[in-house]
Amino acid sequence: MADYLLSLIIFFPLLGMLFVLFIPRDNDGLLKGFTLVVSLVTFVISLPLAFDNIFATSGGMHYREFYEWINIGDYFQMNYNLGVDGISLWLVMLTTFIMPVTVLSTWKSVQKNTKGFMALLLLLETAMLGAFVALDLFLFYIFWELMLIPMYFLIGIWGGKNRIYAAVKFFIFTAVGSLLMLVAIIFLYYFAVESGVQISGFGVHDFYKLDLPYNAQYWLFLAFAFSFAIKVPMFPVHTWLPDAHTEAPTAGSVILAAVMLKMGTYGYVRFAMPLFPDALQTFIPYLAGLSVIGIVYGSLVAMMQEDVKKLVAYSSVAHLGFVMLGVFAMNQQGMAGGIIQMVNHGISTGALFLIVGFIYERRHTRLISEFGGLAHKMPIFATIFLIVTFSSVGLPGTNGFVGEFLALVGAFESNLRWFAVVATSGVIFAAVYMLWMYQRVMLGKVTNPANENLKDLSLREIAVMVPLLLFVFWIGVYPNTFLDKMNPAIEQLLNQMNNKQVAVVEVYQPVVAKLIEIK
Amino acid sequence: MDANLVQEAIQNVNLQAIMPSLVLCVFGMALLLVSVFTPRGKTSHVAWLSVVALVITGFVTLTAWNNPQAGFAGSVVLDNFATFFSMICIIAAALTILMSDEYLKREGYPVGEYYPLILFTTAGAMWMASGTDLMTIFLGLEVLSVSLYVLAGFFRRQTRSNEAGLKYFFLGAFSTGFLLYGVALLYGVTGTTKVAGIAEFVKTMPDLTSNLMFLAGAGLLITGFLFKVAAAPFHMWTPDVYQGAPTPITAFMSAGPKAAAFAAFMRVTIVSFDSIQTELVTVFWVLAVLTMTVGNFIALTQKDVKRMLAYSSISHAGYALIGMVAWNEVGWSGIMFYLLVYTFMNIGAFAVLVLVGKKGEDNLTLDGLAGMGYKRPLMGVALCIFLFSLMGMPPTAGFAAKFYVFAGAIKAGYIWLAIIGVMNSAVSLYYYLRVMVCMYFKDPQEDFSWVTMNAATTISIVIALAGVLLLGVLPGPFMEMAMLAVF
Repeated sequence: MADYLLSLIIFFPLLGMLFVLFIPRDNDGLLKGFTLVVSLVTFVISLPLAFDNIFATSGGMHYREFYEWINIGDYFQMNYNLGVDGISLWLVMLTTFIMPVTVLSTWKSVQKNTKGFMALLLLLETAMLGAFVALDLFLFYIFWELMLIPMYFLIGIWGGKNRIYAAVKFFIFTAVGSLLMLVAIIFLYYFAVESGVQISGFGVHDFYKLDLPYNAQYWLFLAFAFSFAIKVPMFPVHTWLPDAHTEAPTAGSVILAAVMLKMGTYGYVRFAMPLFPDALQTFIPYLAGLSVIGIVYGSLVAMMQEDVKKLVAYSSVAHLGFVMLGVFAMNQQGMAGGIIQMVNHGISTGALFLIVGFIYERRHTRLISEFGGLAHKMPIFATIFLIVTFSSVGLPGTNGFVGEFLALVGAFESNLRWFAVVATSGVIFAAVYMLWMYQRVMLGKVTNPANENLKDLSLREIAVMVPLLLFVFWIGVYPNTFLDKMNPAIEQLLNQMNNKQVAVVEVYQPVVAKLIEIK
Repeated sequence: MDANLVQEAIQNVNLQAIMPSLVLCVFGMALLLVSVFTPRGKTSHVAWLSVVALVITGFVTLTAWNNPQAGFAGSVVLDNFATFFSMICIIAAALTILMSDEYLKREGYPVGEYYPLILFTTAGAMWMASGTDLMTIFLGLEVLSVSLYVLAGFFRRQTRSNEAGLKYFFLGAFSTGFLLYGVALLYGVTGTTKVAGIAEFVKTMPDLTSNLMFLAGAGLLITGFLFKVAAAPFHMWTPDVYQGAPTPITAFMSAGPKAAAFAAFMRVTIVSFDSIQTELVTVFWVLAVLTMTVGNFIALTQKDVKRMLAYSSISHAGYALIGMVAWNEVGWSGIMFYLLVYTFMNIGAFAVLVLVGKKGEDNLTLDGLAGMGYKRPLMGVALCIFLFSLMGMPPTAGFAAKFYVFAGAIKAGYIWLAIIGVMNSAVSLYYYLRVMVCMYFKDPQEDFSWVTMNAATTISIVIALAGVLLLGVLPGPFMEMAMLAVF
């Protein structure tokens, strides 16, 4: 079982998608029910990963799968190369966990073309899972790009008024970044070939062993970092995000926030940083600076939003800033904080988008000024909203606290101290914009007569939120469940980055000269 | 005449070397006769027989794989290279014929001669791919071109089609003039028209780059090929011809004959002009960048989907030219793989357009396709997959193909060219996406009730789809074939 567990997890949704195509298009209930079952089964299949204690003892890759895929002699070679470690483990789990929740949230909100919606959701799940466990850069790139296609249609077909602009912008922004990364990937491969290092395909672990000279690292890192920065998104290439989030249907926003943005941060941790450690040292101050700008800027802009969904979208920019800052701290706490904050952001922001979806379904508006005093009419909703708000703000006892705290501690202990000082202000800003929004939407008197007859959450909607709340508290109160399995992998990653010699090896100079020579 | 000489000449002929095109020509002539006795409008059996002819020719061609045959005193060679390109042309012709029958009936020209003409074009293309003498290549080119002139202007009562035929004829004749003049000059310098003979001579020649006659000959020859390939700045004829010609013929022209032109271009350039590669590569660098950029940027502004695909086909010639700049095996076999993939994805896209078009095809604009994806879901998905492949999105074949040629360029150290290439792909995203925007993100204006599925066109689309997905997910064996096909 363990031999092909990852393949099963990746391709089960795809298999489900093929079946969805044969369900009659007008059978709405069956389509949604079937997709829910498929995503739940995928989650159950992936559970053995979460309970496997091997991640707590060893930081390497587990559940490896390796098959030769494309092999054309000395031209190039690609392999079907999968594996999961303590870092990708939780992102895989997050993906399989958030999918059923998302599907459940579409019950009422998606009425048009359900078949296409469900098929695309399942295709998207396959692509996301594949990207998290692919260890061959070529394979990773395929899953990475494949993700764009379903998301493009989800935004463009089921989105809001400005959906076409948002969908095309999303697609082009992300694709441009990845195309440059493609050039870098090919270059890396031929560098490895020319320098005579034993490699098998585009295996990332073989590339870790390369001693790339600094000038090559510099450009390669830029190409990778740019591509991932767009996906994260980091300031100033974040502009696609508010558009995409605002226009996307609720389910699309949830997946975008919960999983797809993690692709960027995960890309840094797995690829950009360990592949080019020397260049990383040069860029860390700049990248950390951009993260901090992202935190402050995202918070300030979020504060001024009139649309709840836009507010949440900008808060994402800020939250991802904390993730990046933690990761760039390059120490155990920072990394752990960054990675756990990825999961946290997935849960809290996913939950926030669901909440926005709930009120949008009821009122068909998301403007803060249209609401006020909802707490009187919807007590259960108010409670859940409050918990999620606290989690997003980072109140102790909720998951947000653990992640942001670790990330900031990590940054304080590294040489990013002053960045951390500025970033801390983001925590305060977060409290301001989130609580202020909560106050304006939920508290006070009901001023708008349209809100008089709002119904509280239905059982289905509560069922959507309860699993998320469970993890808000679980991670908040006892994060060790997650940290224990994460730490060995982080340790290994940091050792590997620190042990690499910061030196240009003379032997490689001619190779670089040959490859870099600009013609 | 000396009996020995005759004997020798007969031995040298080796019909094996031209067997595939011979089979095709015999079928073509037979079908020409058949179509004479076919009442107007009842041409379906001619179409199916042509497909059968192509399938048989395909099998005959494949027997030459790894079993090279030379004939006619070395002026024709059926090696892996020729076989690979012949297969591309055969596939292109077969897919085209499959989508043509219903189309011709709809447009009111159900004439049987159409199919033999495609077969002759294909035979000409195969000679171009297997010619190792400039004269055989020229013969192939002429057979191909003359048939295509007729096919482009096939709708003889339609102004647009007439314009296409005439324009193609004038500019084609012009470019053939260039080509022939180049051949003449090269013959004057080297005393031979054999591709290998020129290479031998050139190797021993001192001071090659200051030999004006040789350079002019080579330049004119290459210009002639680039006309056929539709590389900028020799692309001016393409949009009008592609837009005016009957849609299946446009699909065919952009795949089969273009591949044949690439085949002759590659063989002549790589074998004969190896000694001046440094100079040539610089020229190709400029041409590749120019071709990609011109094609993509003009395509951005097109409203007519057929015309947009015409410009996109120019840009794809530019991507393929990257393989020539690389000047290594990876780049060359990359071109071959690229053209194979392009055949499937481009013909597939055109086949969907053939189905969706009304008589006269005035509705094949971006607005005309509004909501097509909802009214005709299967066709919509098919067209999307073809467009994603043209963009170069994984996991479609278009990605594998672009990867292949870019890998060749990067291996040879042309990082900047690869970057320009991928940035061009980024530009192209916009206009391909726009078609999808119309198909899915806009509400249908019409009910597309005129679209009727027919077996032949559907088969053509399904084969193209299978090709695009198979070559995308499991490209290994085909990439390997391309690798083995480089001489």
